[in-house]
Amino acid sequence: MRKRPLLVLPAVLALALAGCGGSSGSAAAGSSSSGTSTAAAKLTGTVTVFAAASLTGVFTDLGQRLEKANPGLHVQFNFAGSSALATQLTQGAPADVFASADQAQMDVVTKAGLQQGEPAVFTQNVLEIAVPKGNPGHVTGVKDFANEALTIAVCAPQVPCGAAAQKVFAATGIAAKPDTQEQDVKAALTKVQLGEVDAAMVYATDVQAAGDAVQGIAFPEAEDAINAYPIVVLKAAPNAAAARAFEALVRSPEGQQALKDAGFRIP
Amino acid sequence: MRRRNGGIPLLLLLPAALGTLFLVLPLLGLLIRAPWSDIRQQLSEPGIGAALRLSLVTATLATAIALVLGVPLAWVLARTNLPGRSVVRALVTVPLVLPPVVGGVALFLVLGRQGVVGRWLYEAFGFSLPFTTAAVVVAETFVAMPFLVVTVEGALRAADARFEDAAATLGADRWTTFRRVTLPLVAPGVAAGAVLCWARALGEFGATITFAGNFPGTTQTMPLAVYLALESNPPAAVVLSLVLLAVSLGTLLLLRERWLGRSGVPAA
Repeated sequence: MRKRPLLVLPAVLALALAGCGGSSGSAAAGSSSSGTSTAAAKLTGTVTVFAAASLTGVFTDLGQRLEKANPGLHVQFNFAGSSALATQLTQGAPADVFASADQAQMDVVTKAGLQQGEPAVFTQNVLEIAVPKGNPGHVTGVKDFANEALTIAVCAPQVPCGAAAQKVFAATGIAAKPDTQEQDVKAALTKVQLGEVDAAMVYATDVQAAGDAVQGIAFPEAEDAINAYPIVVLKAAPNAAAARAFEALVRSPEGQQALKDAGFRIP
Repeated sequence: MRRRNGGIPLLLLLPAALGTLFLVLPLLGLLIRAPWSDIRQQLSEPGIGAALRLSLVTATLATAIALVLGVPLAWVLARTNLPGRSVVRALVTVPLVLPPVVGGVALFLVLGRQGVVGRWLYEAFGFSLPFTTAAVVVAETFVAMPFLVVTVEGALRAADARFEDAAATLGADRWTTFRRVTLPLVAPGVAAGAVLCWARALGEFGATITFAGNFPGTTQTMPLAVYLALESNPPAAVVLSLVLLAVSLGTLLLLRERWLGRSGVPAA
């Protein structure tokens, strides 16, 4: 994938936000994650987590908490689109944990028999309308996506956020008139941040991570297209004990709170 | 052509063969992995024709603009003593080293609805360039024109300036000299630059998807279609890549035959 410096901005913001939230709760973090690690004795070495790009902020924070509770353990991440990660895994990439942004890409991995145990849904993400600060297009809801006078971005139907948007349009009978179908959700968000589109259909977590340049408009129809995020420990995990500890941390009350703080939903 | 006998030295032949393999093997990979059995069905998918047509039209328009602006620019760089020439030369080649996605963002900042120039256009005429076919042409020209400028400038520097001097002593002004002497002299270089520029424009991805977005029929060129097909249907992406490859190779071979065929030597 091409790296685009400007797109890193939301991720950095997300990290900063997650960092702020995390520091206040780090005492609690230490106690609970050390609780999970006592069973597996001391966790050391490196654990590699393949995770959907939308999890960048929260997972980086949770990884640091696990490292703090287990000196000697290094948590390493590969954040990318879930479909790219699934492809890398089926091509033999060495990893301990896979967290996908939708069931379809998790299915790719489980069909290849790469999992250890059953994938578990640990969080949900819901669509939201992102508009530039001040809402120049006076967007109020999903019906505005049919307004040809507005400049509209959606994700391409081939990527999960685009598939979810299509589901919303189909369920509401709205004939959307997008001006562009973006290659991923961050690209759609960037166009809102630059003020070049009046509205884009993205995830609630993206709106939250984007900071002040973007305003979010929640809409009731989004309930028809909720993305569930499954996580699984991989069969060939080089560091299975640490992998299970990370999965446990994500699903623990502490991990769930961190996800909630980043705008995710708890199932 | 003097030392035709004696064969090719091994020290040159070996790296040359390795280089060829390195460049050709990925293409072979495409050919081997192509879903030949249902290629007909993949090719009849709607949207491929539109994407191919859009790619060819925009790349050709971008090359035309690059010729109109780039050849005079190359001449100024090669034949004049304007102050700040070397700075200008460095600046116009910036798109060569700039990641295309950054180029796309930069275009937004100037020509976008909120851009320095674009804002004025939008407020005065309600005209917004991004997400239009024109934006595709702009993005491709931005990325591809430096290839033409660099090639033509090189050809101009290599060309014998005495012909131009002779024309001048015979009373031709600089414009007439340029039109009747310089341009025919560097025609192969201009052709090579145009082909290079066209090929680069045809394959342009980053600046296009950033500045022009992606919409079938309006801004979705072949490279964008390939990228998105890769997300959901990798075999279709391979087929699309082969189509783009065949069309660009065919065009380049055809043009080479016509423009450079006799000498076989690119540029002057």
